[in-house]
Amino acid sequence: MITLDLQDSSTREVNRRLHRLAPDTNETAWRITNPQGAHSIAAGLTLPISVEVDGHVGYYCAGMNKEACITVKGHAGQGLAENIMSGTVRVTGNASQAAAASGHGGLVVIEGDASSRCGISMKGVDIVVGGSVGHMSAFMAQAGHLVICGDAGPDLGDSIYEAVIYLRGKAASLGSDCVEKEMTAAHRKTLAALLKRAEVDADPAEFRRYGSARQLYNFKIDNVGSY
Amino acid sequence: MTVDPRALRPSASFPDPVISEIQRAAREGLYEIRGFGAKRSLPSFDDLVFLGASVSRYPLEGYRETCETDVVIGDRFASKPLELKIPITIAGMSFGALGANAKEALGRAATEMGTSTTTGDGGMTDEERNASDQLVYQVLPSRYGLNPDDLRRADAIEIVLGQGAKPGGGGMLLGLKITERVAAMRTLPQNIDQRSACRHPDWTGPDDLTIKIEEIREITEWEKPVYVKIGATRTAYDVPLAVKAGADAIVLDGMQGGTGATQDVFIEHVGIPTLPALRQAVEALQELDMHRKVQLIVSGGIRSGADVAKALAMGADAVSLGTAALIALNCNAPLYEEDYAALGTAPGFCHHCQSGRCPVGIATQEPELEERLHPEHAAQRLRNYLATLVLEAQTLARACGKSHLLNLEPEDMVALTVEAAAMAGIPLAGTNWIPGAET
Repeated sequence: MITLDLQDSSTREVNRRLHRLAPDTNETAWRITNPQGAHSIAAGLTLPISVEVDGHVGYYCAGMNKEACITVKGHAGQGLAENIMSGTVRVTGNASQAAAASGHGGLVVIEGDASSRCGISMKGVDIVVGGSVGHMSAFMAQAGHLVICGDAGPDLGDSIYEAVIYLRGKAASLGSDCVEKEMTAAHRKTLAALLKRAEVDADPAEFRRYGSARQLYNFKIDNVGSY
Repeated sequence: MTVDPRALRPSASFPDPVISEIQRAAREGLYEIRGFGAKRSLPSFDDLVFLGASVSRYPLEGYRETCETDVVIGDRFASKPLELKIPITIAGMSFGALGANAKEALGRAATEMGTSTTTGDGGMTDEERNASDQLVYQVLPSRYGLNPDDLRRADAIEIVLGQGAKPGGGGMLLGLKITERVAAMRTLPQNIDQRSACRHPDWTGPDDLTIKIEEIREITEWEKPVYVKIGATRTAYDVPLAVKAGADAIVLDGMQGGTGATQDVFIEHVGIPTLPALRQAVEALQELDMHRKVQLIVSGGIRSGADVAKALAMGADAVSLGTAALIALNCNAPLYEEDYAALGTAPGFCHHCQSGRCPVGIATQEPELEERLHPEHAAQRLRNYLATLVLEAQTLARACGKSHLLNLEPEDMVALTVEAAAMAGIPLAGTNWIPGAET
């Protein structure tokens, strides 16, 4: 494993090193030490390498990730793995707001809690939160899955499109056009697979499913009160 | 009994368009959604005139001496700034709002003229990337179609906070335009009425924006210029904040700026005209000693070489065209008049971009309408129009004795109205009076 120390190097130097790896590199295991809350650590990676960050990170860690498997051993600031395309991003602690915002693919695992707007505008990413999520999570969520093993704050899934939410605990409230839906055997199977990929131990039978009522997809005069 | 037309006294408060709109709202129960820009009369560049050279200044030979037009955008932090041959760019307009042929035509014309074009809400298409030598990639609140590969294959990146037609509002694309391809690019169900977010999902406020810009620079190796686009409202505050957040360039869109679909009440009642916004932006940059260091690109109601020259004289580094570029492609041309009529309008009045039934094949996703816009022919029209704007602007600059368009200055102009004098900070003609200026 190759170690890059952010006490001796700038974020630019660390990211440049990771960005310039050749597609067939055999330098596939990296450790970043002393992150000290720096922003944009390991943002924009494009290769299937593994990166372990030992400590807390600031904003946009693993932003727009493709292919890489990034593990943060600590807490993460705002916009963790924003717009992730593929690969896996794992945080052993908590994540601040807008985790996996607008993510198009891949898997984001937050072993602790996630703050508000987790999964906002998600477009295909799968997110598994070991703890609870804050308000307005999955706001305008378009595609993908948000699995919440704890509780959800107010307005869960507001204006949700075709994304699917699995919630084990309670939601303080559901947002506009978000409704509870039937949890079939197929959904339990999907959820079980997500939990297994995320290496999170939870019983799919304890979850409920939420999604769009599809009543706000088009302008209707009768929806005036929903906005 | 015959009606004496002299006895028909119209109401100033309730003229025909107002009566029509009240009755439409009563029928439909929904605000009017339309395209185009503000239709109300606003103080504009028309209210300024140039002071051609005479005894006190001498002009350049109009047909012989060179008047340069090139401009570099984004050299504050980016290692690969845009080098434009003309200070006229094409504004962001989405594939979705526009058809692929229109996007291709914009790119072709911009490339021929050595300038840039811009993507829009919904991502980058191969057609526009291939047609555009210099392509600016927008990062919008919706993040539709946003991906790091396109970020890297762009030539510059524009973080959109707002647009002049609807500062504070999100994008809108009605169901008829959400075709299979558009829906797939935006990860949306087909035929929904898409109403985009108005705030970015992962940052709020200028301090966050600083970090966001840094992230984009990290992902693109600090190569690409990062623009920040704002709708003209509190320009005196927004421009300094964008500069402090690290923008390489500011794109300032006045309220005359167009849209593919927005509430009419938004278009006509939010934001300030380009004229005062430009003055405030230039003052803000000068106060920070950043004028000409952070480039200012102005859009919203630019139609002629005179508008271009006046905007540059007021301190802009470049202008950007949206509506005018579409008009050059054929928007509102007197063709297919029966299709205008089917929309309840006529050439010269059409603002039905939102309908998806654009009679001239620009703002549509319907193949039989799109066929009406041949990308190469349309590009030639736009190229001719852009060339005309450059010639007009050069004519005015030479008359003022300037060997480069960017050498034009406020002192080359006077205002024809008190309003324009106050808004533009240009003296009223025949006086030294600038209303509101400290003496």
